[in-house]
Amino acid sequence: MKKILGMTILLVVLCVAINLANDRFMSAVNQQNLTRQIALLAIFAIGEGIVILSGGIDLSVGSVIAFAGLFVAYAVSSFGMSPWTASLIVLGVCALIGLSHGALVTKLKLQPFIVTLCSMLVLRGLSRGLTQDETMGFGDKFESFRRLGNGDWLGIPTPVVILVVIAIIAHFFMRYTVYGRYLYAIGRNPDAARYSGVKVDRMQTGAYLACALLAGVAGILHASYTNSVQPATTGNAYELYAIAAAVLGGCSMRGGEGTVLGIVIGASVMRVMYNGIILVGIPTFYEFAVIGLVILIGVVADASVKRRAARVSKSARQPAKA
Amino acid sequence: MEGITKSFPGVRALDRVDLELYPGEVLGLIGENGAGKSTLMRILAGVYPANEGRILIDGQPVRISSVHDSMALGISIIHQELNLADNLDIATNIFLGREFTVSPFKVVRSRALADEAKKLIASVGLDAPVTTPVEKLSPGRQQLVEIAKALSMSARILVLDEPTSSLSPKEAESLFAVMSKLKAEGVSMIYISHRLPEVEEICDRVVVLRDGSRVGELKRGEISRDAMVRLMVGRDIARFFPDAGKRQGEPALAVRGFRPADVEGTFDFAVRQGEILGVFGLVGAGRTELARSLFGVEPYSGGEVTICGRPVNIRSPLDAIRHGIGMVPEDRKYLGVILEMAVRENISLPDFCSGCSKIGWLDERREARIAEEQVKALDIRTPGLAQNVEFLSGGNQQKVALAKWLAIGPKVLILDEPTRGIDVGSKSEIYRLIRRLADEGLAVIMISSEMEEILGLSDRVLVVHEGRQKGILEREEAGEESIMRLATGGTT
Repeated sequence: MKKILGMTILLVVLCVAINLANDRFMSAVNQQNLTRQIALLAIFAIGEGIVILSGGIDLSVGSVIAFAGLFVAYAVSSFGMSPWTASLIVLGVCALIGLSHGALVTKLKLQPFIVTLCSMLVLRGLSRGLTQDETMGFGDKFESFRRLGNGDWLGIPTPVVILVVIAIIAHFFMRYTVYGRYLYAIGRNPDAARYSGVKVDRMQTGAYLACALLAGVAGILHASYTNSVQPATTGNAYELYAIAAAVLGGCSMRGGEGTVLGIVIGASVMRVMYNGIILVGIPTFYEFAVIGLVILIGVVADASVKRRAARVSKSARQPAKA
Repeated sequence: MEGITKSFPGVRALDRVDLELYPGEVLGLIGENGAGKSTLMRILAGVYPANEGRILIDGQPVRISSVHDSMALGISIIHQELNLADNLDIATNIFLGREFTVSPFKVVRSRALADEAKKLIASVGLDAPVTTPVEKLSPGRQQLVEIAKALSMSARILVLDEPTSSLSPKEAESLFAVMSKLKAEGVSMIYISHRLPEVEEICDRVVVLRDGSRVGELKRGEISRDAMVRLMVGRDIARFFPDAGKRQGEPALAVRGFRPADVEGTFDFAVRQGEILGVFGLVGAGRTELARSLFGVEPYSGGEVTICGRPVNIRSPLDAIRHGIGMVPEDRKYLGVILEMAVRENISLPDFCSGCSKIGWLDERREARIAEEQVKALDIRTPGLAQNVEFLSGGNQQKVALAKWLAIGPKVLILDEPTRGIDVGSKSEIYRLIRRLADEGLAVIMISSEMEEILGLSDRVLVVHEGRQKGILEREEAGEESIMRLATGGTT
């Protein structure tokens, strides 16, 4: 909880600072645009976060996003399929991808890093091959589908509405069901969780399933929003953004720590920084350097706070023991 | 070694122990687990310093403050778990860190290395090419590589810690042959083993440790299994334990022809309600394998299990839990509890798991109630239910590992080394707790390598030896000697 408070303060400070530098930050247009960007990132960051806090990692997120977007655009242009039907189908395919990650990790005991790294390469290659590396879009047709990414609902960008729904469901799942508790337990210590009766394999598979599905949703939204999906570049390095957002939001790479709310705030910080870099006028070439440094500072600050907390609770323990 | 004393926080591991080793002698060093054998050898090897006492070699006092010092003095220890780099070949392993090199770029002179290694392995009777990766060798031959490595450092004192525990009888025989050859060359050896027949066969002299003190010495003619057992055990153990149980009911758990994973023999036994069945065996005898298979962690490869007369099939810990079996594993910190989670969350986990056929909402009120009940019932000393288990003392951590099972109202409780690493005061408390639970009708299977605890607490004792059930002793017939005899492969 303290961590979320800290991140919220950082977020507010960032916003205020950027707004002081350039008051266009708070303009309705920029806010609409910014929150839409946040939503597009946060949706798959939640999936990544769930995998991370169950003790795994998913590197295939960016490729799944590209694959999902291309699949919809391709099915629409080549087979005349409705984009909605195509979206449903691609979500089914994403579910299969997630399940196979889970099976490879839990049944064959492969390392998640390797499994999802391979999956990242395979899906990227397949996407490029099947589309002959051609950029795909919907042109000016399928307006209703394109509104999914671009439209709004009562002035709130549609992706934001979708994010809110997903975040609430994920939050309740992680916080108020026993399954959420199991995932945290597995992230801390999968063996002890198993000895307590947790179905570790099933829960871990579920985490990869959720991650792939959310990446699929993000991919569909992305295609709808940009109306142009590039097989070679769309979604590149998005898994790293997702990991960064999750870590900023309080997930530990060792697993067992993190909250959905934290991940959403982490994603917001990422996007606000990016937005700020443009508004403040830092050349965008430096984008990565700035984001990387801010994350590093955040993690260092967190580690030192934790070390102090550990010292305090240790010294508090001493008299009790004596 | 003279007057060696070593204390760890809260424990005096060694108390003024003397040990002398003559040139060309094989000295047996025996004692129960925790008697101080390994600590003594670690001091000799320079792993940690003694608090008191001194070490003399050839009559000269020496300072051994690091592993490096002991090596330079010609002392080499071959541990139970071998210290070889599996993926590298024999020659590289023998000279790891001491390669012959050509300056200035430290290029390794592989040819010279291989030649030297060839001579060394021939001297220990190993006939593999020196380019064989160590992982391709059997455990027995890996051991020979270790010995060759020790010889390459011109070791004069060789310590073998349970060298035969992972060897086949044939491999053990060839090891003994190598040992007598080395002995003839004047190398002195200290042989640590639980396998008394082997000690009887190859040792010239035996020193027995018990509870950190040297309790006796047997010369060549006096070495016999009975004499060793008598020295290893034999102490007052009555007061520390609760009284015997009151009554026993129906069999709660019974197994027939039960064959745990990775174990050769089968098991046939029953535990009744209200009974504590002690399971004793030396390290590696298959006790933990039995527990793991009963609890569904590893599949069992045959036999049947009945709980309260009904046959059951246990394929996962969750199956076991649903049938009313709980287990406190040997490795408390990594399997028994989740250290970084709260006391409350640890205690409620099996309860949630066993009831998860329901919708799956996290019933926090139920969780708090269960945790509070158990903390009170077991007198778990914690600042609060939200405290992470990692900050509790060992004894209280163990109580949490117990509490989570009591919360589901089990029929059978399996305890694997329930007091390992727990201080003496808490031990007695945990014993009383176990007895109380049994008196309330729970069937308890208590696995232990501590003789004291087996004798003090068990209603009956099942003895395991090399993966086989050697026998079940009633309380009246279970004595330290009768148990030890079975556990070391003898008969009743």
